[in-house]
Amino acid sequence: MYAFLARRLLATIPVLAIVAVLVFLMLRLTPGDPAAILAGDAANTEQIAQIRAGLGLDRPVPVQFMIWLGNMLSGDLGESFYYKMKVTALIGQRIEPTLSLAALTIAIAVLTAVPLGVLAAWRFGGWFDRALMGFAVMGFSVPVFVLAYILIWIVSLKLGWLPVQGYRRIADGFGPWLQHLILPSITLSVIYIALIARVTRASVLETLGEDYIRTARAKGLREARVLVRHALANAAVPIATIIGIGIALLIGGVVVTESVYAIPGLGRLTVDAVLARDFPTIQGVILLFSLFYVLINLLVDLSYVILDPRIRY
Amino acid sequence: METPDARQYEALSVESAAVVRRESAWQRVKRNWSVRIGGAVLVVLLLVALIAPFLGTVDPTLFDAASRDLLPGQAGEITTLEGETVKHSFLMGSDSFGRDIYSRVVYGTRVSLIVGVATALLALAFGIVLGLSAGYLRWLDGILMRVMDGIMAIPAILIAISLVAMWKGSLLTVVIAIAIPEIPRVTRLVRSLVLTIREEPYVEAALSLGTPTWKIMFSHILPNTVAPLVVQGTYICAAGILTEAILSFLGVGLPPDIPTWGNVMAEGRAQFNEYPHNIFFPGIFLAATVLAVNILGDGLRDTLDPKMAKRV
Repeated sequence: MYAFLARRLLATIPVLAIVAVLVFLMLRLTPGDPAAILAGDAANTEQIAQIRAGLGLDRPVPVQFMIWLGNMLSGDLGESFYYKMKVTALIGQRIEPTLSLAALTIAIAVLTAVPLGVLAAWRFGGWFDRALMGFAVMGFSVPVFVLAYILIWIVSLKLGWLPVQGYRRIADGFGPWLQHLILPSITLSVIYIALIARVTRASVLETLGEDYIRTARAKGLREARVLVRHALANAAVPIATIIGIGIALLIGGVVVTESVYAIPGLGRLTVDAVLARDFPTIQGVILLFSLFYVLINLLVDLSYVILDPRIRY
Repeated sequence: METPDARQYEALSVESAAVVRRESAWQRVKRNWSVRIGGAVLVVLLLVALIAPFLGTVDPTLFDAASRDLLPGQAGEITTLEGETVKHSFLMGSDSFGRDIYSRVVYGTRVSLIVGVATALLALAFGIVLGLSAGYLRWLDGILMRVMDGIMAIPAILIAISLVAMWKGSLLTVVIAIAIPEIPRVTRLVRSLVLTIREEPYVEAALSLGTPTWKIMFSHILPNTVAPLVVQGTYICAAGILTEAILSFLGVGLPPDIPTWGNVMAEGRAQFNEYPHNIFFPGIFLAATVLAVNILGDGLRDTLDPKMAKRV
């Protein structure tokens, strides 16, 4: 197990290295002087010269990459010229809303999608199954921002049940936090529910055809127990996998959702940084999101051991 | 001796079943209701895009200060490029510049369809070349697939918006920026297909006849990857249309005066409380288009690529 953990951790290194190279190249391939771009439009020659020296831009590109990588690894993501502060500090300020939104979304998605998927597989071909699959196709097709506006219009503007926009820190109380976050989370979870429900259904459908299900029913177990303990438990690995893969979708959705609901998180920060061409911040956010994605999928891999005791690394 | 021909008979019938199935692939596609419905909606949208000027629209970039913020169905006037003022009925209302939303939405169909199809073709082209290379040239496989893993670890939207931000938005840069994050998925698909197909007897036969590698790749392996790639292509097309709308909506896509559904929605954001239709009309078109492409893709998957249909 520990050997596997070590190997799996090592295997993430090349992926992260490639991500680092890609992010590094992104800036170098931008037309113009990287130092001037990093310094921003308002910088004077002195500041640009300082950045150029700091990044070793007069040295060969591989050396530049090592210097840059060294900075990143030591936690120095550079300085945002737009926000006039360290990118790490900036990310620290903005991370809470995004983590809250992501956590609530994943919770809503998993808690709805898995039971729905199991029910659909149980009543395969029935009206519920058809309705859920129809909903899944819709969920993939209705853009997250259109859905966001439909929900804002109905729930916040017409019914007046929830605030339209904004965010409250969890330190200011759980109630207001949840009030501001519930609509964005529901919005964001729809596509995720569609994805997980489809895979849950397919996976449970497969296990329901197994002999041990017939055995379980034959020995008189309650249907609920058959479905959960026998069918779902054995279908868990693909479900965990899709939850991990879906994180990429979730991150993309976070960028859009935070913009629509005016939540001051990392997604909103990304868009603002892109609009201001604030490259140090763009780099930092991309690296962070990718790291998050890789780590979540590492956790998913590790969860296989718990979900399927036959898997021994 | 065993009764001879039970096994032979079985082999024969399996073979003829395969032949029958191949002959009817196109017919099965035509019979499939998902393909019919999705295809019909797309044909209508294509027609809308083609004959946009004849659908009671005006030039989508025209504006008239006297016709700002009209409600759907209201009549107003609009100034043409020649400076004439003509009467115009604003079917979907007008935006805060006094532009006709109906015209902008109808013309926006063009951008969305072009971006969707171009993205799919571009991603498929690169994915096919890279996937064939990875599947066939074993020395290239390791490094190439690690690069693909790296690209896939960066969320697609982030790649697209940072690339467009660097290059400035134009139709070409938007298409390239949306296609790049889709390339790894196509590459992986083609690679896995190649690895399966290259073990087939007919490839072995071609090899033993001294057929050059490139010819095996393009005339023996590629044709057998068509069905899964068509299916994958429709999903990329749907994703491309969605991503383009998101980019425009966030203000990092095509320039705001170009009529795209995302741009119309972005313009409507500020006044959403009073004029929600500025967002809903283009939103309905966007959702319907993506839905049609996805339904078409599902239908094609079920008929052309039953193995994949089984997987999910």
